[in-house]
Amino acid sequence: MKTEKIRTDILIIGGGTAGCYAAVTAAENSDKNILICEKAHIKRSGCLAAGVNALNAYITEGRTPQDYVDYCMKDAAGIAREDLLLSLSERLNAVTERLEKEGLVILKDAKGKYVTRGNRNIKINGENIKPLLAGMAERQKNVRILNRVNIIDISVTGNRVNGAFGISIENDTFYVIEASAVLIATGGAAGLYRPNNPGFSRHKMWYCPFNTGAGYAMGIRHGAEMTTFEMRFIALRCKNTIAPTGTLAQGVGAKQVNALGEVYEQKYGLTTSERVYGTVNENVQGRGPCYLRTSGITEEQEQSLLKAYLNMAPSQTLHWAESGEMPSGHDVEIEGTEPYIVGGHTASGFWVDTDRATTIPGLYAAGDAAGGAPQKYVTGALAEGEIAALAMCRYLENGAAGKIPEEEIALRENEISGFLSNGDSPYTAEQLEEAMQTAMDSYAGGIGTNYRFSEKTLDEADRRIVQLQRLSDTLHAGDMQELMYIYELRERLTVCRTVIAHLKARQETRWHCFAENTDYPERDDVKWSVFVNSRFENGNTEIILRRVKTP
Amino acid sequence: MSIEINKQKCVGCGKCRDVCPGTLIALDENKRAYIKYPRDCWGCTSCLKECPVQAIRFYLGADMGGTGSRMHTLKRGELLDWIIEFPDGGITTVTVDTKESNKY
Repeated sequence: MKTEKIRTDILIIGGGTAGCYAAVTAAENSDKNILICEKAHIKRSGCLAAGVNALNAYITEGRTPQDYVDYCMKDAAGIAREDLLLSLSERLNAVTERLEKEGLVILKDAKGKYVTRGNRNIKINGENIKPLLAGMAERQKNVRILNRVNIIDISVTGNRVNGAFGISIENDTFYVIEASAVLIATGGAAGLYRPNNPGFSRHKMWYCPFNTGAGYAMGIRHGAEMTTFEMRFIALRCKNTIAPTGTLAQGVGAKQVNALGEVYEQKYGLTTSERVYGTVNENVQGRGPCYLRTSGITEEQEQSLLKAYLNMAPSQTLHWAESGEMPSGHDVEIEGTEPYIVGGHTASGFWVDTDRATTIPGLYAAGDAAGGAPQKYVTGALAEGEIAALAMCRYLENGAAGKIPEEEIALRENEISGFLSNGDSPYTAEQLEEAMQTAMDSYAGGIGTNYRFSEKTLDEADRRIVQLQRLSDTLHAGDMQELMYIYELRERLTVCRTVIAHLKARQETRWHCFAENTDYPERDDVKWSVFVNSRFENGNTEIILRRVKTP
Repeated sequence: MSIEINKQKCVGCGKCRDVCPGTLIALDENKRAYIKYPRDCWGCTSCLKECPVQAIRFYLGADMGGTGSRMHTLKRGELLDWIIEFPDGGITTVTVDTKESNKY
């Protein structure tokens, strides 16, 4: 393994939605050198690999950014940051128009106006949205892209970020990257909990299975303040294929019905967590399975659905075709997914200011990595990438160049050669990953317990995760890809501990399923209208409660 | 759910390997692509769309209700054909106009 040192002004960790857009923004607004490190290849990496069906965050005619903020605050039951939501909402339409200019197909009416789906969504053909974004980044002269380079950690010394360390999966290289500002755009965390299809199809999940919580883990390790990890995200999805349900519910107006044919969604409410909770509860009460009632849709609607799913979740179209159970004649069974930590949907992530600056000077976060602003979706992630990029350019005007101490480089090289030369572990990263998912499922509110947990079960979860962390020290990597898998496992274990600490800290049940605490089954607005934040210090997760500002 | 790559058809261009968001595809000693980690496929179908010779088939795992059908894509200008081959030899094609928005 050789060591290569790189120097850049701005390092972007993760070339997904937020990362690509941040690179483009910084390149167009400065002459700084920008480096994207992407562990796969930016053309299709991250959440948008298969495409996306609609843009879910857009300010439609007659609505204002504040309306969008109000909707998000309500859906999050008050635990979100209005300042962050407003700053991204104000940019939603501009980033949308930019994407259209770059070639994104958006449905328009005869007068040339975008056709809306409900109050906040617009209809697109999003199959090629990621190649479009990647192309925009690739065309910038001052953007350099390193594909297949997995960042394993950031370097923080002298109370600021100085860069990061990476490994190349392709060419046996250890990268030492000195940077003056660093953007965490690594996405959220999938694979913490036992998934819906835990066998051969274990990666057929809602969220990108290659988003392993890397950025969260880097922040946690270095004592960054994190927020709202207890507000897990659980998606309501089509059974088996884990394909989206919004297209059926909002697109063709399919209602949630139980096995008796009763519409149950009004009984529980229509927020994201209530839709999942209702489905879980109908099953618990013996009225499952539950479905989206698509029976009776027209032939034309059915054909449109087949195409729509090919543009975002092709498995569902294949499933319909090969099972013969087409949606016009058969209702679509639905279920909740395993929990994820994902700041684009709930409020989990780095605690940031309106510049998307984290509590570590020089370190920024955007998209699913940044907390406090749920329901940001694709356009919100783009907006945050833009905000963070502009803020980093300003930061660079006064900031000194990052410098990584030689001792730290040597320590990292040792750590890596340790994993490459370890010999006596009976375990693999895969085995420990399964053990982690089982522990989280059983004791930290996974599918297996209908998302419920108690203080006692959380203690057991934590005990097991700590043990797995110790076992992960002894793992052996046969090549650089296996080395990446070890680091990914360790990232997930770090995130798991923070999730457990947050779940334990919030002594109420504010969001059904997302944080269903059986010791405290009621919502308590007097005591718990607060953010649960945390800082990891000396091996402990210190909980910090912060007031939600009310205007 | 995963993919299979026909080594007889594969021309070794490496485009599927490059595009895979999970770095799951590799080239063997004869420069033919194969999926190294079949259980880790997300089902995004990026590789299908990259393959210039339609050597890659996508299928649903038996654990998620798959019945042995295989799907691949064929680009025809601005049209993208999604071709599903059933185990009994039947074929169905859904054509998507890439310049046309989803209706829902």
